[in-house]
Amino acid sequence: MLKKFDPNIVAFLCNWCSYAGADLTGTSHFHYPENLRAVRVMCTGRINPLFAVAAFRQGADGVLISGCHPGECHYMQGNYLARRKITLFRNLMEFVGISPERLRMSWVSASEGKKFADVVKEVTNKIKELGPLSAFEE
Amino acid sequence: MKIGVYICHCGVNIKAKVNVQKLAKFAEQLPHVRVSKENLYMCSEPGQQMIKKDIEEHGLDRIVVAACSPRMHEITFRNLMKSVGLNPYCLEIANIREHCAWVHEDKMKATKKAQKLVAAAVQKASLLEPLEAKEVDVVPAALVIGGGIAGIQSALDIADAGYQVYLVEKEPSIGGHMIQLDKTFPTLDCSACIMTPKMADAGRHPNIKLFSYSEVVDVKGFVGNFDVTIKKKPRYVDEEKCTACGLCTQYCSVEAPDPFNLNLSKRKCIYIPFPQSVPACYVVDPENCRYLKTKECTQCVEVCKKGPDAIDFNQKEQWVEVKVGAIVVATGYDTFDPALKPEYGYNLYENVITGLEFERLSNAAGPTTGEILIGGKRPKDVVFIQCVGSRDKTVGNEYCSRVCCMYTAKQAHLVREKIPNANITVFYMDVRAFGKGFEEFYDRVKMEGVTYRRGNPSEVYRRGGRLVVKSEDTLRGELVEVEADLVVLATGMVPSRHTSEIVSLLKLSQSPDKFLLEAHPKLRPVDTASDGIFLAGCCQGPKDIPDTVAQGSAAAARALIPLCRGKVTTEAMVSTIREDICRGCGFCVDACPYDAIEFKKVKRAGRQVEVASVNEVLCKGCGVCASVCLSGAAQHKSFKDGQILSVLAALGEEYA
Repeated sequence: MLKKFDPNIVAFLCNWCSYAGADLTGTSHFHYPENLRAVRVMCTGRINPLFAVAAFRQGADGVLISGCHPGECHYMQGNYLARRKITLFRNLMEFVGISPERLRMSWVSASEGKKFADVVKEVTNKIKELGPLSAFEE
Repeated sequence: MKIGVYICHCGVNIKAKVNVQKLAKFAEQLPHVRVSKENLYMCSEPGQQMIKKDIEEHGLDRIVVAACSPRMHEITFRNLMKSVGLNPYCLEIANIREHCAWVHEDKMKATKKAQKLVAAAVQKASLLEPLEAKEVDVVPAALVIGGGIAGIQSALDIADAGYQVYLVEKEPSIGGHMIQLDKTFPTLDCSACIMTPKMADAGRHPNIKLFSYSEVVDVKGFVGNFDVTIKKKPRYVDEEKCTACGLCTQYCSVEAPDPFNLNLSKRKCIYIPFPQSVPACYVVDPENCRYLKTKECTQCVEVCKKGPDAIDFNQKEQWVEVKVGAIVVATGYDTFDPALKPEYGYNLYENVITGLEFERLSNAAGPTTGEILIGGKRPKDVVFIQCVGSRDKTVGNEYCSRVCCMYTAKQAHLVREKIPNANITVFYMDVRAFGKGFEEFYDRVKMEGVTYRRGNPSEVYRRGGRLVVKSEDTLRGELVEVEADLVVLATGMVPSRHTSEIVSLLKLSQSPDKFLLEAHPKLRPVDTASDGIFLAGCCQGPKDIPDTVAQGSAAAARALIPLCRGKVTTEAMVSTIREDICRGCGFCVDACPYDAIEFKKVKRAGRQVEVASVNEVLCKGCGVCASVCLSGAAQHKSFKDGQILSVLAALGEEYA
């Protein structure tokens, strides 16, 4: 019998908005699936798309990148830079045959605990729908 | 490398969903881990003592705490490490409460996730490097840009605390908009009466150096050490010598519109903006003076020669450089240009005026010596239209200007006082009387026989010799036309036309309404995203006088923090660039939002090459440079590529 697919999802969260938003999710006890593991960075602008490549290579089936809403970046414009890079990176994903849907970018502020839980649920469902990334390799 | 791992139960908060004993056992066999323990409350005194004892006994050099969010107790454990002589940046926190125990239901799955988080934290801890936060000396002086009530208040507070202040005002006198006002709501004190003593205090304060008729043209540096260049425009009158006797004005033969009275009257071309100007020094209008245009007339010079001999047409622009530790921006506002609402006929009819023009008309020192006269006659029917240029998407201003409701009520009161039999109508959308004593004042004005009609007029037009204001009365649901001899437009506040210059000068941000953006709307209302630069008054958004004064003092208090401390601590987790592999492409230089990276020349393999170099004091540690660097030379300390990749590898492992 096939084992039920339990995806690995890595989230890169910026310290000031989305990491704090995820903290609020916890403080408010909104539940979400265990599949997501967060990595804290100071700003989404720090995220090199190669981190997503590394995550996929290390067994992640999906990657979430979440930062401050446009115009609210703690470092003025880091999230704009991240958005541009990720948009371009999506084209590359398509080119190598990994569905760009495996990479999700979202804006979650420090006050949006509920939204963070919803985003995680959406991402997890999406990845479950897409199936394991290793299936593609085989 | 000796790592200690400490698993917190957080009472039952974590323990209920994570098998902490299993987690501690699991951590024991991770690479470099020397001790792994659990405790009821790791942040408590016994918990901290345990860690301290272990550091000393086992010689631990890296600490991993699996507990609540690093945003809660990172600082607690850093201080603990510092207290036993361990570098505080050799700490990694695995967030197993907010990001695990509190958001998951299945204990087995949550424990598995906690294992991954702890393994990742141990992995990262093994790669953490000790960091040092730098301390930099602060120049014990402040720059205040703008000499309105906000800037004056800030300057006085900083100067009273004993620090040098450079107060820069672009007009010939300080005073700003407040000195133009007649009475102030809701107390009806005369604006000049409460403003002029403050102006005089600022003018003669031993710690305040006033640069009037001057502009800040360049700012370089960072908190504690700003280099400021100020341009002094030529007044053509020596500030030291001028006694403000006013003889020159009497002999001057050219008149020009008086901007202080909003061009409602004329003044001479050598003039003092208003009698209580600070500095009390005359100034030559360079656009209209006959000497400056054609060198024909020297009457003022000749009469002044017999006295103080202060007029000097050889004056040139001067540049002055000062050093300051903090900057307060108090550049104020402009009033909305009613020409953008042509339906109100501001440019067509001379008896349609703005609220600020009304202030000058009503002011005893104004063009009509305080009598409300239009075309030489007292108006009998007066109509006020509120929200002109505020709460109006058609002109791009969605915000409320916060003062117009109350200044309209005050002006309606002044009309009632000066013209007792006048018919006064106010058209409003909503009356916002939110401040102390405001609602009471609004009630009083209504009781004085002022008709408030709810509706936003669609048009002002002339019928016969009179104006007609046409509107819907939305409470009655009917169209109304009100005849008027005087229509006053309650024009709102818009960002100063110099805002974009200030933004590029100081690298500030603007909110969607184009006013200057504060660092946090609730908790840091006078800070900016740039350390050492603070906001006061209407440059940040519309506000009334008490709020402006409060903010002026708040900005001064914030600016005094680095000045009093004498030192600023810089971020330790900043970026760094390896000179030996930097290829000098400059991508990081362009990407850095703080201009913290610049090129420097180094010798490499016997050749001069340009490489990028981080100014660690300017760097705020966002790491953007590291993500655009193609050679891997730019790295974000504690978030280096290798450190993050090791975390990803640990998260990808499957653990039993």
